[in-house]
Amino acid sequence: MGEFSSLACVTRLIKLIHKYGAPKRFYELAGTLVPWLAALTAVLMVVGLYLGLFWAPRDYQQGNAYRIMFVHVPNAWMSMMAYVAMAVFAAAGYIWNMRLADILAKVTAPLGASFTLTALVTGSLWGKPMWGTYWVWDARLTSELILFFLYVGYMALQASIDDARRAAHASAILAIVGAVNIPIIHYSVYWWHTLHQPASLTLTNQPKIYISMLIPLILMSLAFTLFYVTMLCVRARSEILWRERNADWVRKLVGSRT
Amino acid sequence: MSEGLFAVRGLSCMRGDKTLFAGLSLDLAPGEALHVRGPNGLGKTTLLRALCGLSRPMRGEIRWRGGKVSDLGEEFTAEVAYVGHLNGIQGDLTASENLRLASRIFTRRKQQGLGADAALERVGLRAQAERPARHLSQGQKRRLALARLLVLRRPLWVLDEPFTALDVTSVASLSSLIGEHMAGGGLALIVSHQAFDLPGIRDFELAHYCKVRK
Amino acid sequence: MTADLLGAMRAVFVRELLVFWRRSTEVMTALVFFVIVTTLFPLAIGPERRELMLVAPGVLWVAALLATTLSLNHLFASDYQDGSLEQMLMSPYPLSAMVFSKIAAHWVLTGLPLALLSPLLAIQMALPMKAIGTLVGSLLLGTPTLTLIGAVPAALTLGVRGGGVLVSLLVLPLYTPVLIFGAEAVAASAGQGFASVAHLSLLGAFLALALSFAPWASSAALRVSLD
Repeated sequence: MGEFSSLACVTRLIKLIHKYGAPKRFYELAGTLVPWLAALTAVLMVVGLYLGLFWAPRDYQQGNAYRIMFVHVPNAWMSMMAYVAMAVFAAAGYIWNMRLADILAKVTAPLGASFTLTALVTGSLWGKPMWGTYWVWDARLTSELILFFLYVGYMALQASIDDARRAAHASAILAIVGAVNIPIIHYSVYWWHTLHQPASLTLTNQPKIYISMLIPLILMSLAFTLFYVTMLCVRARSEILWRERNADWVRKLVGSRT
Repeated sequence: MSEGLFAVRGLSCMRGDKTLFAGLSLDLAPGEALHVRGPNGLGKTTLLRALCGLSRPMRGEIRWRGGKVSDLGEEFTAEVAYVGHLNGIQGDLTASENLRLASRIFTRRKQQGLGADAALERVGLRAQAERPARHLSQGQKRRLALARLLVLRRPLWVLDEPFTALDVTSVASLSSLIGEHMAGGGLALIVSHQAFDLPGIRDFELAHYCKVRK
Repeated sequence: MTADLLGAMRAVFVRELLVFWRRSTEVMTALVFFVIVTTLFPLAIGPERRELMLVAPGVLWVAALLATTLSLNHLFASDYQDGSLEQMLMSPYPLSAMVFSKIAAHWVLTGLPLALLSPLLAIQMALPMKAIGTLVGSLLLGTPTLTLIGAVPAALTLGVRGGGVLVSLLVLPLYTPVLIFGAEAVAASAGQGFASVAHLSLLGAFLALALSFAPWASSAALRVSLD
């Protein structure tokens, strides 16, 4: 359900991209948006962290250790979202030959990979007080790990092809195949996990979530989503400058600053 | 100019982030051949590959029998024979196996051209028919690739440097082969640095469509 | 038209078998790899039958998976280098049909012998007799899925720097569901001897999905690689 609404969001975004399709226009638009996005991200992040760390009550079972959830859960959520976004951007670039969508897909990959890595690291840090060890083959952690490998493969393929268009199209096919596979991988891993460890605790399986925990969690999720959008704009801008380095407008822009 | 059987309008192609040529248009009617000319690195191979549907052009339209090539799909590729830099010869199969399998994989029953033996005869490889293709010389491999043109019997020939590694007599016999193809109502697009004699062939300067570079 | 298409697909199949057969070393590589890897495990773990039996399903499946991955490089590479693939794009028939024939022939020469040879290695790994049937069945259902999925990265990495290693990096995460259910099926029938039917039918479902998706995706990948 959540995935469907996020899919709708992304398709709306695609329509916007069509409107601001020319890399040059996107560069300018993103340039004006970035400061606002960054400010909003910072505010949400500070408020969310404050509420999460000081306002939300101690958990009666886990004490304060559970508070890493306010970073772990948004990152785990964003790692999936970023993959969906990447696959949709890549597919749009492949089907309609949209260069901006190619660029957005390419710069999403490292962002998604870092969300995944953060989710893995915070997950294993959270695991230490819960399980007494940094790594347990928990279903969520295992599928995050496989997701991380998928990101790494995507970036490796991008990096090993010189021609920008071929790199974009080849990795688009990989991203689409990956997107079809992710639900299958996800449910296989969950099934595998329940079969082998039926009684163990999973990370986010809280006995009861209080509204005072839920509010910071939602704020942090919003903050990380906005962080993604901000970084997407920043990275896409530099990628555009690099790709269009021979175009007149970039030369003028660079010339005017030196 | 009326639209030919094969028509190209406003074609642009890129390699990497560089535009090779833009706004290219050409027409080809049955019995016509075009000799695409220009110095190295201009994008002649890229043009040929785009024209026979192997690569997607950045912009522009290619039309065959009035329909867009991108919509026709296999209906178009089924009528094009392409000989590129690579011969498309499987070295572990014999010369005649190569041709026989090509005729079964690449033609519909109604469109089959010459038999494998007759085609080998025509390019002077009759004696090499049962040898594994990897034992053939460069020139012989090239002739085997050209023999495939006869087996497939397709109306549009797209030939990228077809005369490479061929000796003088082979060049002459290939030119006459193309001549026969044109006389039978066929079309041909040829890129070649080597001189060859083919009456009725038009020159096409690719440089007209390339930006002047500093 | 349909008869022509089937004829062409059969011709591609025959061509693949002929070529692979004449290069028998390539066919053998994957098989020998499978045998050697499974032989190395008892040497590393120790000859204790109970321990071997415990890891046997996993070891056999991982070895089969790696052997299939290793063989993927032969699927398109030589046809790419000599230009045959380019010609295949100029066929009057859908590329996905041609690709399907190629994949089928490739599986007949790599996955099938691997599945048929697996009982011997299963005995070596002290797998109980009752599980051997499940092992062969799971490999017969699983290896074609592996080859089908693997065809996509194999096509994407044609002519790319470090293509061989890249293929394994791209393909291994995609293989996890098949590995999980394949090994689980064997383990289930080695243990209580029930529930393996469910795993096998899931493997069958994966195969059906891969059959409908992979030829199409890998022909799109080939078009990109040859662009």
